[in-house]
Amino acid sequence: MSLLQVKQVNLSFHSKRFFKGKDQPKVLKDISFDIQEGTCLGLIGTSGAGKSTLGRVILGIQRPDQGQVLFQGHDIYKADKHTRQKIRRDLQVVFQDSYSSVNPRMTAESIISEPLENYEKLTIEEQRRNVIELLERVGLSEKDLKKYPHQFSGGQLQRINIARAIALKPRLIVLDESVSSLDMVTQSLILQLLSDLKDDYGLAYLFITHDIKAAFSISDQIGMLEKGELLELYDSKDEFFASKHPVVKRLRDSVLSEHPRFRMIRTWENRV
Amino acid sequence: MESKERFILHVRDLHVEVRTKEGSFKLVEDINFGIKKGEILGLVGESGSGKTVTSMSILQLHDRKNIQVTGSITLHDRELNGLKNTEMRKIRGKDIAFIMQNPMNAFTPVFTIGHQFIETIQAHTSLNKKDARELAVDVMESVNLPEPEKLLKLYPFQLSGGMLQRVMIAMAACLKPSVIIADEPTTALDLHSQLLVLRLLEKIRLEHGTSILLISHDLGVISEMADHVIVMKHGKIVETANVLELFDNPQHEYTKKLLRTRPTLYSEKQPYTYTL
Repeated sequence: MSLLQVKQVNLSFHSKRFFKGKDQPKVLKDISFDIQEGTCLGLIGTSGAGKSTLGRVILGIQRPDQGQVLFQGHDIYKADKHTRQKIRRDLQVVFQDSYSSVNPRMTAESIISEPLENYEKLTIEEQRRNVIELLERVGLSEKDLKKYPHQFSGGQLQRINIARAIALKPRLIVLDESVSSLDMVTQSLILQLLSDLKDDYGLAYLFITHDIKAAFSISDQIGMLEKGELLELYDSKDEFFASKHPVVKRLRDSVLSEHPRFRMIRTWENRV
Repeated sequence: MESKERFILHVRDLHVEVRTKEGSFKLVEDINFGIKKGEILGLVGESGSGKTVTSMSILQLHDRKNIQVTGSITLHDRELNGLKNTEMRKIRGKDIAFIMQNPMNAFTPVFTIGHQFIETIQAHTSLNKKDARELAVDVMESVNLPEPEKLLKLYPFQLSGGMLQRVMIAMAACLKPSVIIADEPTTALDLHSQLLVLRLLEKIRLEHGTSILLISHDLGVISEMADHVIVMKHGKIVETANVLELFDNPQHEYTKKLLRTRPTLYSEKQPYTYTL
């Protein structure tokens, strides 16, 4: 059985006006896909394609108009209280903006131990040991325990967000543009960390991004989302490059060159 | 010495220091570079390396009470460092235009785009409102923005980030500045908008011979656009090179790391487009 099954999810945002327009734009149209245990599905698309909305539907924050989201076989919008609690434990999220994802008045220790307090009955020493272990796992150290969010850089704070997400040993983490606002070097370090964690704990990811290079570096499967529709799923880079879909082609042609010799915007012929 | 004459923007021995209660700290030191007419200088570095501090010193946007800028910054051989604020205001926007990373923050949300566009034009020229509006429409047409008349009536939040960034560039270009400073102009945009924005910058450069200081941490952007590249780390320039040289034969450890760690779509060195 797949870890996560998304079945024909449809969603449109209703306007609050009394006379509803008949042509409400659909944000998500008939979206279906599966994520297996320990695999990563990359979801790419331009801004406004509905990537983040789909992420919210999967997290159980945004109820779809039609369709089902099954996590470990349970429909997350119909589950009873106990099951929902269990699902919330196994389903975690890391957002793009690391600063707004944490409370500025809490120390790193209290940020990371919050999920542990909610779900595990640990003694203070056990909990602290646990937090230190988590910090070390994500590449920080014991001396960062008492620091506040403003004392960390964006990359470090994103590591804390990741530590909080893995604290309860979840099965699936939704990564919503988690590396997009980091600089290149930090970005590749975080991607490395994420793929190590995936191998060590058998985590599954839903990796939402507009950066196809980052998506390919970590995903086992890639989904292309455009205007609320899941156009195609690719199992490899080659399949993506072989796709004849015009949207994919446009995206592919927008990828910048990796060496100045092959530049396409500022060709070497027309210099001033 | 001959080539030195031709630098449009020339920065020499730039040091920026911030004074705090605990003492003063150097933000950037020993920055030297020049940009010739129609050239694009790429400025690369990790976050916190002083890229934005450098660009803000050129525009004299630092708080003079707490931040001390020493060294020489010349535009067409005119010294900018230490110029009075009233003088600087004439230069900003007209001679040096600035494009920021986040176009949403660059516009005031309470006025229409047209209002802000026309205000900028009128601040630097003697055009009346009608002529200023015409100029705005002309410029927007020339940069392929759809329905400029309609766009001018909209508020910033009604446009997407990519669209707003293109309006911003149209605004920057309309007074034909000799230098454009683009600080991470495409970082917040998706791939396709990024391409459109970069094409637009190139178009402006070709048509007006504008010199561009392009700040980015994305090596793809640098590889597409720059003639020369300076690499900054911890407030210092660690490498200056021609763009081809930098990619073929990086000298500094940090540059090598930057080139090595970037995610790539192509497993081999040859890009996909080239193997076709």
